Parts: sequence; C-alpha cells; structure tokens
Amino acid sequence: MAMEIKEPRIGVFVCHCGVNIGGFVDVPDVAEYAKTLPNVVHAENNLYTCADDGLTAIKNAIKEKNLTRVIVASCTPRTHAPLFMRICEEAGLNKYLFTFVNIREHCSWVHMKEQEKATAKSKDLIKMGVARAVLLEPQEEVKIDVRPSSLVIGGGIAGMTAALNLANQGFETHLIEKEPELGGFLRKLSTLYQTQESSAKAYEGLIKKVEANDKIQLYKNTTLKSLTGYIGKYDAVLNVNGEDKEIGVGTIIVATGADEYRPKGLYGLGEHDNIITLTDFEKMVKEDKVPADLKSVAFITCSGARGQDKEYCSRICCTVTVKNAMKVMEMASKGGDAEAKVEEASVDEKAVSDKEEEKAEEPEEEEGESRRRSRRDRRGRRGGRRRGAERGEERPKERGAAVDVTVFNRGITTYGIEQELLYNKSREQRVKFVRFVPENPPKVSMEDGKLTVSYYHETLKADRKMNPDLIILATPLTQRPDAQELSKMLKVPLGRDEFFLEAHVKLRPVDFATDGIFLCGTAHGPANITEAVAQAYGAASRASIPMSLGYVQAEAIVSYVDRERCSGCKSCEVVCPYGAIQFDEEGLAEVIVAACKGCGTCGSICPEKAITMTHYTDEQLTAEALAALEEVGT
Amino acid sequence: MSEEEATASGFEPKIIAFLCNWCSYAGADLAGVSRYQYPTNTRTVRVMCSSRVDPVLIIEMLIHGADGVLVGGCHLGDCHYITGNYYTEKKIKLAKKLIEKSGLNPNRLRLEWVSASEGERFSKVVEDFVNEVKTLGPSPVAGKNPDVDKLEGLFVAKNAARDFRLRSLVAREINLTEKGNVYDKTISQEEFDNLMDSAIDEEMARQKILLMTIDGPYSVLDIASQINLSPEIVLQHIVTLKDRGLVVVDRFDGVMPLYITPKEEVLR
Repeated sequence: MAMEIKEPRIGVFVCHCGVNIGGFVDVPDVAEYAKTLPNVVHAENNLYTCADDGLTAIKNAIKEKNLTRVIVASCTPRTHAPLFMRICEEAGLNKYLFTFVNIREHCSWVHMKEQEKATAKSKDLIKMGVARAVLLEPQEEVKIDVRPSSLVIGGGIAGMTAALNLANQGFETHLIEKEPELGGFLRKLSTLYQTQESSAKAYEGLIKKVEANDKIQLYKNTTLKSLTGYIGKYDAVLNVNGEDKEIGVGTIIVATGADEYRPKGLYGLGEHDNIITLTDFEKMVKEDKVPADLKSVAFITCSGARGQDKEYCSRICCTVTVKNAMKVMEMASKGGDAEAKVEEASVDEKAVSDKEEEKAEEPEEEEGESRRRSRRDRRGRRGGRRRGAERGEERPKERGAAVDVTVFNRGITTYGIEQELLYNKSREQRVKFVRFVPENPPKVSMEDGKLTVSYYHETLKADRKMNPDLIILATPLTQRPDAQELSKMLKVPLGRDEFFLEAHVKLRPVDFATDGIFLCGTAHGPANITEAVAQAYGAASRASIPMSLGYVQAEAIVSYVDRERCSGCKSCEVVCPYGAIQFDEEGLAEVIVAACKGCGTCGSICPEKAITMTHYTDEQLTAEALAALEEVGT
Repeated sequence: MSEEEATASGFEPKIIAFLCNWCSYAGADLAGVSRYQYPTNTRTVRVMCSSRVDPVLIIEMLIHGADGVLVGGCHLGDCHYITGNYYTEKKIKLAKKLIEKSGLNPNRLRLEWVSASEGERFSKVVEDFVNEVKTLGPSPVAGKNPDVDKLEGLFVAKNAARDFRLRSLVAREINLTEKGNVYDKTISQEEFDNLMDSAIDEEMARQKILLMTIDGPYSVLDIASQINLSPEIVLQHIVTLKDRGLVVVDRFDGVMPLYITPKEEVLR
C-alpha cells in the first residue's frame, strides 16, 4: 500500500441529473459550498455528470488541476460507481481514490418537499465524502478465475434462447426446467400475433435445437436447491426429480418467467364457466374447444391491473386482447357461415365502400355510434335501417356473420407499428371498443340466468347492459410464487411489483446488481416474445464476457492482518463466513485474498484490533461519519 | 416529551446510519427510486456488511453528539456475506449494553434488517426511528453543556468495547451457545448472557479505574470512593490491571500504594 505523501487535491462534481437532483436541491449552491471544504481544489456542477461532457470534465480536471481524489455527488454507487471509477482510471488516477456521494436516491428523491433541508443534507453528505476521500489509499485488484460454464434457470423461450446462445459460443450450459417439458408459458398459447403462426411452431423448433445441442446439459423436473459462491465460482445444488445433484458454474441466468394473474371473484372469475382469462381462451382455441354458437363476446382489459390489484400495466395484454378479439370474429365467420354465405355476395361490394367511409370517421366511431343509435331509435327500425346497416353495430348480425365482440378498455396500448396496424384492422373488422374509467368499471352479474355486463357508456353518458355468452378478462402477468425463495438463494432483489429487479433500469437492464447473475424474459416483467428473446440474447452476451475472458477483477476490498498486533486468538477465523483466514507456523492470522469478500466481520471483532479492512478502515469510517456531526458549515 | 412537543420544540435529531451495501443501502436506493419520502435527519455511511460496524464506532458517534445511530443489514439468513449479520446482531447487543451502562438510553442505537426490495420499509424505519429519537430528546452529551458523567460513561464504554475478553466473547457467542466449543460443549443462552454481563461490569469498572489512574496516582480507597465500588473489588481489578501492565505502583503514601497508568500505555 503506497502512502500518499502529498496533500490530497480533491475535485468535487455535483450532478443536477436533469431535474432529478437539480429540481429539489440547490446544486450550484452545493458546489460552491464544496469549494470551501478542506483539500477541495476544484468543484463544479454538471447537468449530467455521467454524460459525455460530465465525464470529460472529470478527466480534464484530473489532468489540469492535478486532482488526486475525485468525488461525484449524484446517484447511487450501486449503479454508477464502476463508470466513474473507470473514468478516473482512464485519467491515470487509481480508481480507489474515487468517492461517491449519493444525493439522489438518498436525498433529492426522498426529500422532495423539503428542498432547503435536502440542500443542507447534500452539503453534509459531501462534507462526509471529503472527510473520507482524504484518507483513501490506492488499491490493486486481484484476478478471480471464471469457470466457462453457466446455469440457466427456466426452460421457456427466454431460457432456451439464452442457453442455446451460450452453448453456441462453446460454453458448457446447464438448463434447468421445473416442469416435465420445456416451452414455458408458450405452451398455453394458441397463435402468436404478427406472424399468426401457432406458438408450438415457435417453441418446438427451439426445443429440438436445445435437445440436440451437446453443450447443453438439460435437466427437466428440476429446481435450484441451494447456491453458494460468487462470480466465476458458483456451486449449485439441483433438485433433479427429487435427487440432489451438484454442479459448478461461472455465471447464472435467471429466466423463470411469469404466471397469469387469476384474481378469484374479480368480474366473477371462477364463479361462472363462461368467465375466463385470456390464457384460458388461448387454450380453448388451441384445443379447439371454443363454443360454436357464440353470439356475443366481451373482453375486459386491465382486469386486476393498473391500480385495481396490481399497480403496474402488463403491457402485452392489449395486443393479445385485440388478437383474440379478431380470432373470435374469424372463428365465427368460419363457423356460423350458413346464413353468412347467403348474403356474402351481396355484402361484398357494400363492405368495400363501408370500409372507406369508416376510415374517414374512425376517430369518432363511438360517438357516431351513439348518434346513430338515438337516431335509429327515433326513426324506428324501418327508417334508420339503411344507415344503421352501413355504419352500425348491429350490422354483423344482419350479415349473419354472427358475433358481436366488445372490448371494454381503459385505453388500448398496442405498442409497436405492427401491433398498431393489428388494432386498426380489428376496428375495420368491427370489433367494438368501449372505454371505461377506473372509478367505474363494468359490472358482471347474472340476470335472469344470463351473463350480464352493466356498464356506463362514457360517450352516451348512459348506463347500458349487454348479455355476452363469454367474458374474457385480460389479466396481467404476475411473478411466480416461488420467486421470493429464489431471490433469497441468489441474493438478488425483487422490485416493487415483485418481478426481479435489474441492476439499473436503463443502463444495465439484464444484469443483476450481484456480479455474475443475469436476467431475461418475463421474470423481469411483462414482455412479449420478441422482447423476451432480445433480453435472452442480451443476458447471454453479458454472461459470456467474464466467461470468455476467463477472469474478473475482484474489488480490492479485503481484510489485512497486522502481524505485529495479532495474538493468534482465532476470533477472526470463527466469524469469517468464507474460511478466508489461515494461520501460519507462528500461529498468526493470514488472509487468503482470493477467498476474502471484504465484509469486515473479522475487522470489527478482532480483539487486538490487528485487522484492517482496506478501503473501509476504522479511520475512514469514523472520519466520514463524524463529519456529519460537526456543527460548522450547514 | 411527546412527539408533538418534540416537533414543536424544533429538535431535529442527528442520526448516523450505517447501511450495508447489499441490502439496506440498496433498500434506501429503492426508497429513492420509488419516491418514498422520509425525514432528512439521517446521514448515511455505506459499509460492505453491517457486521463491519464495530461497537467502538457506534459509541464514538454518541460521544461526538449523535442523537441516534441506525445500523441496517440484510435480513437474517439473507446476508450477502452468508452469516455476517448474525455477528452484527451480537455486536449490536454488546454495544447496547455498554451504552446503557454509560447512562444513555440504549434505544438511541437501533438495528434494522431492510432488504434491497424493501424501499417502503426503509422509509418507514427512518421515520419511526427519527420519531423515537425525537421522543428521547437531544443526546445528553451533545451541545455546549454536555452531561459530563454520561460523557465519561461513554468514554469508559468505548474503551470497554475495545477489550480483548468482550470482543472474544462476542466472536464466540454463536459457537458457544449453538455449535459447541472445541470440546463440543454448548452453554445455554442464559448462562452466556450472565457470563457476558459480569464481564461487561468488570470491564466497565476497570476502564473507570484506568480513566482515573491516567491522571493518577490514586490509592485503592481513593478509587473505590470515586467510582462507588467496594475497596476489595477495586483491589481485585487493580491486580488484574497490574498483571496486564496497565497500572503500576507510582509511589507509597505511608504504607498505601498509589497507582498510575504508565505513559506508554496511555498512548496506546
């Protein structure tokens, strides 16, 4: 450990993070304050310190002002420390001379209504950072070997894609699936939107490739039982058909997928056979069990989502709803055809002109419908018939095509160009979209032995009723019940919606904060197949980096024994979780650096105070904390 | 003092929060990301594991006028460092006892387990602790007129927290009560706690004696009357301290030996 002889020269960079910090903390004032702190020779504020110009400013200041310490006051070290540490290194400064001060997650975002106090707290936090920075020492990192093998948890489309990708790069890949068959959620689906291909076509091809790949060790009926180790050296115990099997891997990919949320009783789900979810319907289609004589079908989107039970929007259900609405139409026109065929010829011509007319009027369709309806009511069936037939909702019945499809929605979000076109098409095919507000959702009941949906028509400003034969609820995807257990085993977090939480929502979307573990598919949140596959490629690619390098550089935060002080009492050996302490022939303690993870449990119990934690020394921690207790400044 | 009174008097406690990098600090991050608002009284020091937090460090914060110290770790069984937080629990237990012996309310130190996914809980923990410390009122040793006795008590406690025997016992508590010692013998938690309590009392007494003998020399009787212990017990401690080289006989007052701590030991 080299001693810094010269007085430290500290540079402080205070980040606005746009309005994230700047909107709640007086950033220029904080930067000015930083200039008054001991050893600070440079302080500035940046709009985004993590953007190119911010990073360049750090590099330039290191060179021009001979900075020997850099402090960035912005977001959390858990996501951004590696970036700034790298920049310091690029400018020739040992990265352990960098100090992170968190004034966003721990300040501006949690004190949004107390801006003066938040500013004062930011100053305190920077003062603490300066006190710590003065005492920092440069550190060298050791390399840790990484096994060129990976464990992929979950054999759905994401897991299979990731496993194949890794195997094709030559890495030994263990793919575990808790069900007896690969395929995951896709097994429950009928056809996929955009391609209109059957889902089986999508997963069966993949399954064949996975099974044929000799780099993939496939375990079905298998769950993860326990896991120990760290990046490069994870030791897992699998439960294969009830029997334990131990494997060692370098990296892990979590692709455990999601379940469909099935809220019992919501809109009568589970209380009546003809109230089902989207996935139930997909299954019906797949198994060819859709009742043939459907006259009227209602979909209700956002069932149990967006504040109803779950807070989040499940993203994919709008498109799936539209796809299935069209599927109902399509099946009815095929199935209930006897009458339809009679009229078909005569309708054709009319249909073309209808389409054009409708396109022009589309934005107002619902309103048009209401006007139509009242007009028709006034005129009676005879007079209004012609116009009604051209534009109105009852036309399909007259046409004989059979089915009336209504989608009760809170706004349709069929994101993506293809999906929007699908939505347009559904409207051309006369799927009706009726909006409701969350305060007043449609009500499902049984009246006179008939399924009844009572709803408030927002445009007509009137209560209406309909009697569908089938009610299909678009419920959100939700985390699987065993995710909690897995998250504890892997030491990776679940987010607020109980989906697995990535290391950084924008910059590290398929990484976990824990090194060597990656994430893809709907375990991370609702996603369509395209997205799940893209994430799987991403996760596989991220996992392959340390595996192809063959090593990672461990942080240099380890414990260090002062032999002069050590009395060989073995207290450290007792408390060390990693067995990283050994004793030499004199009976004095020694740290096995590769095994030490730097927790500091030993240092804070050593009866002789012979153990120092590098980068988190007693002096550094004490100075940092005491700086907050000084009266001066704020 | 009720909560409202504390707020009305404008007392804003200063609280140092030692948060572990993997759970509590991440939980605090999530509180931020989710915009859960909480009071501005905490100042966070990030440590890799909550078990890094030495009782000495905690008492040091109180000596310097912190109104409260919050230590946050992963839930038991959930520690990033496997078993680190089990030792955190034992260290905090020692620190709390020492704080109590020094005359401060041990509730000024709080240990909480907050996972990386418990952002909302983190905000609640801070809010709750701030309110509790407000109810306790300002630290008696903070400000311009500190309670000298309690401050001295904290110094004594800090030195006791450095003691070889107390630290060794903390390190071995889990082994002794659960796993068994080298002879595979375990002792009950109650037995261990009694052992620990008497060790703490003895160590506090010895540190009080040392605090006097630094400015010595004093006789056993002087010391006994000053720290409210019987001369016999003080003499026992003096013998132990003499064995460790922490006190020496400075001179005799008639036949009565006067003890003092040698200068080189004071510096250590």
